[in-house]
Amino acid sequence: MSVDRALEGVGGWLDDRFHGARGVRVLLRKVFPDHWTFLLGEIILYSFIILLLTGTFLTLWFQPSMTQVVYHGAYVPLRGVRMSEAYASTLNISFDVRGGLLMRQIHHWAADLFMAAIFAHMIRIFFTGAYRKPREINWLIGITLLTLGLVEGLFGYSLPDDLLSGAGLRILEGVMQSIPLVGTYLAFFLFGGPFPGHVIIPRLYILHVLLIPGLILALVTAHLFIMFHQKHTQMPGKGRTNENVVGAPMYPYFMAKTGAFFFFTFAVLALAGTFAQINPIWLYGPFNPVAMSAGSQPDFYMGMLEGALRVMPAWQWVVFGHTFAFNVFIPALVPLGLVFTLAALWPFMEQWVTGDRREHHINDRPRNAPARTGIGIAVVTFYGVLWAEGANDLIADHLDISLYLTTWIARVAIFVAPVLAYIITKRICLALQRKDRHLLEHGVETGIIRQLPGGEFIEETRPVDEEALAVLTSRTQIPPLPALEAGEGEVQAPRMRGAMGKMRERLYNVVTESIPLPEPHADGHGNGHGNGHAVEGNGHGQESLPAGSGGAEPGADVDQH
Amino acid sequence: MSDINSPGLRGSGDSGDQSWPEYLTSGEAHGATPADAEPEGRRTPRRVIGTPPPAASRTLLTEEAAARQPATRELPAEPEDPARAKRAERLVAACFLLAMVAGFGFLVAYAIIGVGSIDGAWHSNLVLGTCLGLTFLLLAVGATIWVRHLMPDVEITEQRHLMRSDEKDREAFKQTFTEGADTSQFVKRPLVRRTLLAATVPLAVAPIFLLRDLGPLPGTSLDHTVWRRGLRLLVYGTGRPITAAEFNSPGSIISVGPEGYLDDDDAMAKAAVTLIKFRPGQLQFTPVNHAVPNKVVQNWTVDNIVAYSKICTHVGCPAALYEQTTHHILCPCHQSTFDATEGARVIFGPATRPLPQLPMGVDSQGYLIALGDFQEPVGPSFWERS
Repeated sequence: MSVDRALEGVGGWLDDRFHGARGVRVLLRKVFPDHWTFLLGEIILYSFIILLLTGTFLTLWFQPSMTQVVYHGAYVPLRGVRMSEAYASTLNISFDVRGGLLMRQIHHWAADLFMAAIFAHMIRIFFTGAYRKPREINWLIGITLLTLGLVEGLFGYSLPDDLLSGAGLRILEGVMQSIPLVGTYLAFFLFGGPFPGHVIIPRLYILHVLLIPGLILALVTAHLFIMFHQKHTQMPGKGRTNENVVGAPMYPYFMAKTGAFFFFTFAVLALAGTFAQINPIWLYGPFNPVAMSAGSQPDFYMGMLEGALRVMPAWQWVVFGHTFAFNVFIPALVPLGLVFTLAALWPFMEQWVTGDRREHHINDRPRNAPARTGIGIAVVTFYGVLWAEGANDLIADHLDISLYLTTWIARVAIFVAPVLAYIITKRICLALQRKDRHLLEHGVETGIIRQLPGGEFIEETRPVDEEALAVLTSRTQIPPLPALEAGEGEVQAPRMRGAMGKMRERLYNVVTESIPLPEPHADGHGNGHGNGHAVEGNGHGQESLPAGSGGAEPGADVDQH
Repeated sequence: MSDINSPGLRGSGDSGDQSWPEYLTSGEAHGATPADAEPEGRRTPRRVIGTPPPAASRTLLTEEAAARQPATRELPAEPEDPARAKRAERLVAACFLLAMVAGFGFLVAYAIIGVGSIDGAWHSNLVLGTCLGLTFLLLAVGATIWVRHLMPDVEITEQRHLMRSDEKDREAFKQTFTEGADTSQFVKRPLVRRTLLAATVPLAVAPIFLLRDLGPLPGTSLDHTVWRRGLRLLVYGTGRPITAAEFNSPGSIISVGPEGYLDDDDAMAKAAVTLIKFRPGQLQFTPVNHAVPNKVVQNWTVDNIVAYSKICTHVGCPAALYEQTTHHILCPCHQSTFDATEGARVIFGPATRPLPQLPMGVDSQGYLIALGDFQEPVGPSFWERS
């Protein structure tokens, strides 16, 4: 058999040098749990690989230069027009290099897919609580990657030096100038003088092709190694506990599946690059500082910042001869800053409120964490309002309403919609919990009506099957607060007194609000032990919690504040 | 994934003193042979079930020999339904074959479809992209059918352990680390420690110094533009000067720039000007010679033609849109709206200041000229602007 020979030959040769037989063997059997949302992260990785491949191709022809030339290439409508070498070489890639247009369009679509998949992946991680201990660091790396992706994308689409992206750079300059104290200097240093200058394209180029991709590559590697080392989370299900990973082995299953998925990603991007035109810079024309057209939008991932700039009222102070341009630096820094800061602090705030410092490897169903899900939807709504406002001129045009009305709606909605979203989402979550409870208590409706001998009609139900039972009963059991543990007449724990303690207690009550599960079945599949049983001994003191419950640490000191 | 397998073990039998990272050591299978897998797994979780004891598994050869014995196999070798597998095999092969054809199609298209014209680039893109997309799509479909219908279903369970190390290991680590710190004398000798830290301070700020030459200091350059007294207003695009008589249809608008600077992007980025012609009586005039809120300085207009900076006072986009009926100037970027008849005052949007008015007159030949620079900085706000 040829596999044997290859193993003896190549495998043996390698093992003689690396002593890999044992380690690699176990690696090949590493378990990969399965769920469709786990593919979101893979989309990010594969778009990134495709970005590196197509981007390298583009660098072979692209000229990051702002030297003015007169165009004489294949695109007839722009012949004789003065433009920068960057723009001319982008036209050249599009019209004079075979496969150039395809690679350009795949590159741009891949960037959009990269960012979209990051957002979707992050949302999935948040709503399933997959950021919880021990994965907080990876959550922070993810947020850093998102930020780097935003900057990388902005710099990338600015490189062709077309009219649209030139306006984007000009907005960047205006935003930088608005920053109190240092803004003017920052802008002058970035642009090498007043806008547009002659250095911004080469500077953005080296950041775009070397520095930022290098950082992204390093962080992606760290992200993957950490995930690999900590093992994947898994969705609740039969036989899945906080102490195991159930799924298919890496070799051959995951390798084949993920290979297929890479091909799918590339296929979708290649077909998008073929049939869906993106960033047709020859239609926008080369940058000139005088022109701008209506309906100008940045790529979608910058839309939220664009919307924030549009929605902001015209506030400005002039104090002691200095200008505070609140109308610019507040929308540019505050909304996205709030979202990212909240996201970064969230795992730690949640730990502080719940006092839950155990490891969690079974994902929460979003309904089972109503407050978290509500806040997540509120943030998504806040982001979404600003994002939509970033295209308010198109919305006004298509819906045939006043442009100013769209802005006023956004100005109100940005405050009201997240609150409504939180309330509604939380109610929906609790209602879904009630439905789960109903299923557990009364079983699944079969649609069979039976008549009893006495003439009475009853509806037949059957108990939920084991798989569904495992899913329905999966809940993170949040340990009680120390103050609540104390019996009547006992003294409150000192740390629960005072303003912070009161606030924590209130937040705790919000976070833990849920519909209790019915009493467990006699066969003990349900909530065996409840919480708080510290297991004696070290090292492997893990409680047998029901699937989906939190793990316990040795000596389960669940509250250290 | 079919769930024919028993659920995983609760982590009851883990040996607490593993020296290998977890992902290198665990892995118990519950595939084809769950019955003999579990007890063995309890005792020695490090070993993959079905392989010989560690002593015998030092080389790939013996492991391979073990793998050849069907009784100890962990993953099933054959799919459950051979007939279905046969169909899947043909389908997969067909997909891969077609992928190859599409791949060759890409190469052929590359060779024969020329670019260098709009049509050529368009055709080339269409054919190359279709071939490339189909190649990957067929590979993906083939591989997916392969995984789903040729590979037998299996689900295995791997144990997970607390990330936290044993107390023993933590203690040992602490001791090693402390020993190292003691041996290095770093803790004991604050003089060494502090001087070392002090030595790094200049290095830490050096990059900031090194970046100083990225650009010039702004100075007062943002306060003025290249406009000065006597410069003609040239029409952007044609480069020709313009007389008031030529620009005589009310409601029309053109972009102009200073004579000699039309091709200078740095200059035009601040000096671009919009000329708008009005009917008599439409403009709200003020007789004074400086900017007055909500008013147009009459002495800076010529024959009801007014010149405003084109650079939006919000973040600097060209405020390029003009609506004749309402005489509103609209910036397309963030929709700041200015009323052109009332000194370009802001009537909506995030901009805080009106578009500055350029002092304008005529020269001896009747061409429109600037009477001087703008009397206030144009474009977006900045810290030093008072």
